[in-house]
Amino acid sequence: MKKTLLIVLGVIILIVVFGALVFGGVYNNLVTKEEGVTSAWAQVENVYQRRLDLVPNLVATVKGYAAHEKETLQNVVNARSKITQMGISPAVINDPEQLAKFQEVQTGLTSALSRLLVVVEKYPDLKASQNFLALQTQLEGTENRITVERKRFNEMAQDFNAFRRRFPNVVVAGAMGFKNKAYFQADQDAKTAPQVKF
Amino acid sequence: MKKREQVALPARAACSLFFIFAFFLALPGLSALEVPKRADGYVTDRAGLLSSSAKASLEATLRAFEEKTSNQVVVATFPSLEGDSLEDFSMRLAEAWKAGQKRRDNGVIFLIFKNDRKIRIEVGYGLEGVLTDALSGQIIREIVAPYFRKGDYSGGIVAGTDAIMKATQGEFKGKPQKDQSRTAGKLVFLFGVFFLFHLWARSNSKRIGGHRGRYVGFLPMGGGFRSRGGGSFGGFSGGGGGFGGGGASGGW
Repeated sequence: MKKTLLIVLGVIILIVVFGALVFGGVYNNLVTKEEGVTSAWAQVENVYQRRLDLVPNLVATVKGYAAHEKETLQNVVNARSKITQMGISPAVINDPEQLAKFQEVQTGLTSALSRLLVVVEKYPDLKASQNFLALQTQLEGTENRITVERKRFNEMAQDFNAFRRRFPNVVVAGAMGFKNKAYFQADQDAKTAPQVKF
Repeated sequence: MKKREQVALPARAACSLFFIFAFFLALPGLSALEVPKRADGYVTDRAGLLSSSAKASLEATLRAFEEKTSNQVVVATFPSLEGDSLEDFSMRLAEAWKAGQKRRDNGVIFLIFKNDRKIRIEVGYGLEGVLTDALSGQIIREIVAPYFRKGDYSGGIVAGTDAIMKATQGEFKGKPQKDQSRTAGKLVFLFGVFFLFHLWARSNSKRIGGHRGRYVGFLPMGGGFRSRGGGSFGGFSGGGGGFGGGGASGGW
């Protein structure tokens, strides 16, 4: 009788220890993967910020040559201020709605900028100026970086979500409050960087 | 009637199998232009724009440059993009070749597509500060494109890489290639272990077997070492550098 009790106790202890080990392993993995998503998001914010920093310079340069394209310029300025006013919290990666909103205002700037670049076609002097050429190249580079970092963010988020949703992991994630990560949706506007010809 | 069906069935199966295979074979054709898994060297001239002597001297220049600065500058030319997007292909190539040292991300890829008349300079994270987008664009527009317009590909490529190297200098100056010397150290250590084991095994086989020759050993005692494929010792191998889409695109 005593012996069976000991065996049962031993089995229970084994199960608990095993369970704790599995739990710990899964938890650590979740932490590492979430950290990956967070740093990928930091890169995304980085490249979008880079574009924001570029805009005032671009607007000033275009103004110098094409002052009466007021409306187009104003649209760019407005789109930019919409982004700066929004204020983004780190929790955005857990919230598809907030991410969609972020993406929406950023797309607004993308289309305002591409309209500006179309207007610029009418001003050969502006197009030939060194300053504008440099800014244009920087803008292209930034749009390209945005595409790259967004893709990487989505990959990291997908990796996390796939891991989180598998069986023992989903229990741990639920208990410890790990949430599914949001994705960037492919939107035609943001995906195609402004077409510029040399 | 029955017999006929029996014959027809395998034929039909074979037929559908064929179509399935054909489908899978066709898939890569539908997808994007394939990235070569490895670079041929510092210079991967698939479009044949360089003479062999120009290629060799450029290769030597780029190798010396890496030894001096640890920056990896790689040149790649292709005949055509085959409808693929320039930036997309360039990023996939950068991710496959991993030019630049691992933590420094100091790689640059200078890409040329002959038939599309397109040029791209893809800059690793670590060099974005010195070889900016604007500077990359300027190199393409003002240095490379004029040569290419005259049909002087060789001159354009050499002048372009020269400008890239000049731009990247100043960062990581004089730092030796730590990562590579460390792997070299590991190799020496491994070699030593094998050598000791080899000696031990030989002496053992002598003692036990009584006559030599049972254990020949796995070290090529008389044959000497074959140099690595391609004959250029110390050819390009990516150091694991990361890219984030920096650089510029252009054409001629």
